[in-house]
Amino acid sequence: MSTTDPTIARVGGDTPTPAAASAVSDRASRRASIEEAVLPPLVALLLAAVVGDVLILSFGQSPGAVYRLLVDGTWGNAYGFGQVLYKATTLVFTGLAVALGLRAGLFNIGAESQLAAGGFCAAIVGLLLPVGIPSLLCLPIYILAAALGGGVVGAVPGVLKARFGAHEVIVTIMLNFIVLALLNYLTSTRLHVPDTLHTAEIGSGVLPRVSDVVPSFQGSAANATILLALLAMIALWWFLFRTRRGFELRAVGLQPHAAEYAGVHVGSVTWRALSISGAIAGIGGLNYVLGYKHYYEEGFATGAGFLGIAVALVGRSHPIGIGLAALLFATLSQGGLAVNALVPKQMVDVLQAVVILAVATSVPEVRRLLRGARRSAER
Amino acid sequence: MRKLLLLVAALLVAHVALLFIHPAGAAAPPAGHTIDVGVVFDLGGRGDKSFNDGAYLGAERAEKALGVQVRFIEPGEGSDRESGLRLLAAEGMDLVIGVGFIFTDDLTQLAREYPNTKFAGVDYSVATDPSGKVVPPPANLAALKFREEQGSYLVGALAALVGKSKKVGFVGGMDSPLIQKFEMGYRAGVKQVCPDCIVLSQYAGVTPEAFRNPGKGKEIALSQYQQGVNVIFHASGSTGLGVFEAARQTNKLAIGVDADQYSEAPGYVLSSMVKGVDNAVYDAIRKVKDGQFRGGIYQYGLAESGVGYVYDKNNERLIPPVVHARLEQLRQEIVAGRIVVPSTR
Repeated sequence: MSTTDPTIARVGGDTPTPAAASAVSDRASRRASIEEAVLPPLVALLLAAVVGDVLILSFGQSPGAVYRLLVDGTWGNAYGFGQVLYKATTLVFTGLAVALGLRAGLFNIGAESQLAAGGFCAAIVGLLLPVGIPSLLCLPIYILAAALGGGVVGAVPGVLKARFGAHEVIVTIMLNFIVLALLNYLTSTRLHVPDTLHTAEIGSGVLPRVSDVVPSFQGSAANATILLALLAMIALWWFLFRTRRGFELRAVGLQPHAAEYAGVHVGSVTWRALSISGAIAGIGGLNYVLGYKHYYEEGFATGAGFLGIAVALVGRSHPIGIGLAALLFATLSQGGLAVNALVPKQMVDVLQAVVILAVATSVPEVRRLLRGARRSAER
Repeated sequence: MRKLLLLVAALLVAHVALLFIHPAGAAAPPAGHTIDVGVVFDLGGRGDKSFNDGAYLGAERAEKALGVQVRFIEPGEGSDRESGLRLLAAEGMDLVIGVGFIFTDDLTQLAREYPNTKFAGVDYSVATDPSGKVVPPPANLAALKFREEQGSYLVGALAALVGKSKKVGFVGGMDSPLIQKFEMGYRAGVKQVCPDCIVLSQYAGVTPEAFRNPGKGKEIALSQYQQGVNVIFHASGSTGLGVFEAARQTNKLAIGVDADQYSEAPGYVLSSMVKGVDNAVYDAIRKVKDGQFRGGIYQYGLAESGVGYVYDKNNERLIPPVVHARLEQLRQEIVAGRIVVPSTR
């Protein structure tokens, strides 16, 4: 940005900065940026905990007992922890998908249907593949299918925005309805096993579960897709912060006009970002289809796409933050089941909402998006 | 930053302080109960005025009458179904109940993993092998199934006898084998008492959404009423609320489903085809308590009072005594096995 603003450039150039002073200010600014990244989510978390205390008391239960039950049912035993990992895996993918959009200044609300489309395509490919192919050979095919499924759903709003300026929020929301209805129609009329809402089981290429390696995870749905999620986190970090395309994408997200002035083609960045975003969400469908049930079922990950928005916001659109936020929301979701005997499940929904609200009002990306929306509304 | 740090400290203190409050009457760990029962609801959860609420009523009655301890779990997403069942089974519950056909696979698997725990599935769909033979569920799993076609048969006869216009209506929710059972029974009942009657039948859709679309239900019902139908039977969840609305608007009659739906549109609900989920759940719990629980397929039909139609002081003025007598006669013939009601297309 400084290159486009001659005054700032000159001031910076004229001021002599001794190396020692710059190192000190570097350290100070790094500390400030870490504080800025860590403190708001911490406040959000504590705020949610206090709201939770009050809610639990209003149900006539003891907060200490309920929270202990929540922790015991999630991190306290291998099965519960496995379930947290399983749920977090899907959330990492949808969180990364939304975060990539946010980095490009785009709000992708379509992760819900992109996830479903990815899982659906993987299941279809699984039905077509002959039985008995080794998992490692099939895996790339499945990843490609899921990425294509989610990517196509993501590309539609991307192209519409780049070509016609259609707002991606509206298009992705509407596409959710269309895509989910279409998938449900195909499943319930053509592909389902009678008396169920799911397709037949896929023949080959299912992923091993964690319990195959660590027997105490017996029964938990956690599976090797966790490794894919970790790889996706690293790959996205590399893409965003170490490649030219990633730099262009972030530049467009920060200030599209400046990026355009610097020679970035904003339209291609837009549709590329939304396509990749959709593809990442789509790969998340493998967690259920390859790792857990081995078929596509209507509504297999209801809410995981929308929760991905919360994960991306709380995780500050950074892969590490997203990993932590996914663990947090997965813990709340699984913990809700564990405490269901004492308090209604909706209490956990309220806690999630408090976290989201508290973080959303303090995250700079959101403020910038809101400002941008207001500006374009004024125009 | 200083301000945020202060806020963190303040919230932390508040939270820790609240953790030490123990309200009087907070749940102590259950002790001294003879039987522990766990119930996992379908995603729709409680408040559906249909089988989830039915299961809740049955379990609650068992809690009061039999002194058992019941725990309920409402899942949030697909993978929570198995998780909920597993949490309950791992806690050593005596009986774990899954409400809805969607629990079929999860129940079958868990019943194998926990052979010492008893399981029951409402609307459990029994698998058949490729040669068409029924695959029995595991020995510790009871499949609670209902003969919806028998109850539908009786309300079909009722609709034809009261409607008098040679045309009766049917509104289904999601076009699926389960709802087709209602339709087939209904059609057979209509033909029994009025061979030249026509049944106008429409479904609200092919996805689970079709059970939650009152607007569509009203639209279909209005068009059927306009074509000369006087009575419509709906098997469509809350989509049926639109059917009642249409009945009220056109001053015609509708028949409810699953529970007694008279209160949805008093005066316009001819009767309801009731499905005794509460009785089936209560029964399963009672058998566990008495040590008589056996796995297998349980069919609740007219003979077991598992299905039926409503005839009480609310709607007896809508149903002439002659018609009621005819329905009772048909009921006895079905119970005696002289009439076999079809359940598939």
